[in-house]
Amino acid sequence: MLDFSILTNYTDLFLEGLKITIIVSLIALICSFILGTLIAIMRIAPFKLLNWVGTAYVEFIRNIPVLVIVFFTFLVGNFGGMIAGTIGLTIYTAAFIAEAIRAGILSVPKGQMEAARSTGLTYGQAMRMVILPQAIKIVIPPLGNQFINLVKNSSLLAVVAGGDLMYQGDLISAMTYATFDTYIFVGLFYLIITIPLSLGVNFLEKRMARSN
Amino acid sequence: MFKTKNFMKIALVSVMAASFLAGCGGDKDSKGNSKDVFAQIKEDKKIVFGVKHDTRLFGLKNPSTGDVEGFDIDLSKALTEEMFGDDVKPEYIEVTSKTRVGLLNNGKVDAVVATMTINEERKKEVDFTDVYFDAGQSLLVKKGSKVKGIEDLKKGTKVLAVKGSTSAINIREKAPETTVLEFENYAEAFTALKSGKGDALTTDDSILYGMAEEDPSYELVGGTFTEEPYGIAVKKGNKELVDELNKALKSLKESGKYDEIKDKWIKN
Repeated sequence: MLDFSILTNYTDLFLEGLKITIIVSLIALICSFILGTLIAIMRIAPFKLLNWVGTAYVEFIRNIPVLVIVFFTFLVGNFGGMIAGTIGLTIYTAAFIAEAIRAGILSVPKGQMEAARSTGLTYGQAMRMVILPQAIKIVIPPLGNQFINLVKNSSLLAVVAGGDLMYQGDLISAMTYATFDTYIFVGLFYLIITIPLSLGVNFLEKRMARSN
Repeated sequence: MFKTKNFMKIALVSVMAASFLAGCGGDKDSKGNSKDVFAQIKEDKKIVFGVKHDTRLFGLKNPSTGDVEGFDIDLSKALTEEMFGDDVKPEYIEVTSKTRVGLLNNGKVDAVVATMTINEERKKEVDFTDVYFDAGQSLLVKKGSKVKGIEDLKKGTKVLAVKGSTSAINIREKAPETTVLEFENYAEAFTALKSGKGDALTTDDSILYGMAEEDPSYELVGGTFTEEPYGIAVKKGNKELVDELNKALKSLKESGKYDEIKDKWIKN
């Protein structure tokens, strides 16, 4: 059976890790959403150079392991593990979010853009006021997936001493030798974050579907 | 209504998964407990040593040959010869500070020779032989650093260590004001020191000498502030194997073979 004394003896460490994992995930979530949207727009904007930059970013970043990116930001930049990890996660997740959003924008019928432009809106206005609000409904499920992955990927902070849940788990298992029990608890703590996130995405999806 | 049902379903599945995994853990512990490791070694004609692959001078994988080389490897080779002659072949599996106890307990490794310090906590988990190497914890810093010893590790300083090592626990006791950052292995900790993520790296002097040898712009400071006697660990309750290893260790020391191996690797 699970050894619950680990949970009670090391409550502080678990909570500290949970706190950092939540903070890092939240910041990376917001930043990668903004960066990902910008890159998606670059990929479909009517400028060849921007298309190229956006494509290069996505293809380069999504094809290397996130561990490598996190190590890179940690060793090259002048930050501690937590900030370097957040930046690395943002860079990595943005590539996937950009793809999800691009797919969403492209799935809005072409006629919508043409109609919006013919009413005198600029490309940027049409994008912001007509296309994006429609695209967002389509991209909510894939975005939810990316955000859940982001929370789990944040466990990579452990390798750069970022102080997150996994890092604390490593330390606790090293102190107690109860490797198995410790990581089960670590897994359950991740569920505390990811299950509400999952349910939230489901809820949003249903609400958006109703507003159609 | 629908939402609550959904949530209950998810919660139920999570709990089931957790208890299933917990069940697996129980099985693993009970497996292999029955057989004596020493008898098994003689029957299989092989002894599996758990050694480090990332520790200069003690156990380091040579990338050009693929062989693991170091004091721990040479010593375990000599011990095998001393105990069994040519009858038993030594084999090597990589262990880390985090995995070595688990690998002993599930029977994947017969004996761990991996710069493992003997202490009371660990004696509850595994059985140790006599001391095979006397190390002590020290500090590695960039030459010219302000840190000259453990007394300089005040508030605001950062010390790098390796997860699962006694040195990480020791440094928190001896320098409670400093921030300890723990990494996966020595290579990562040393890389972090080189890129300025900490003021000092702490672990056993024996390992730090290996790093200072690799990059002479780093040096050991302040001498040693703990005693770290290394022992060979075997699965709990295998007295015969411990006795045989101790006997072999003793005769290697008497014949001078031990010093020969030690001088080959540790030059200080």
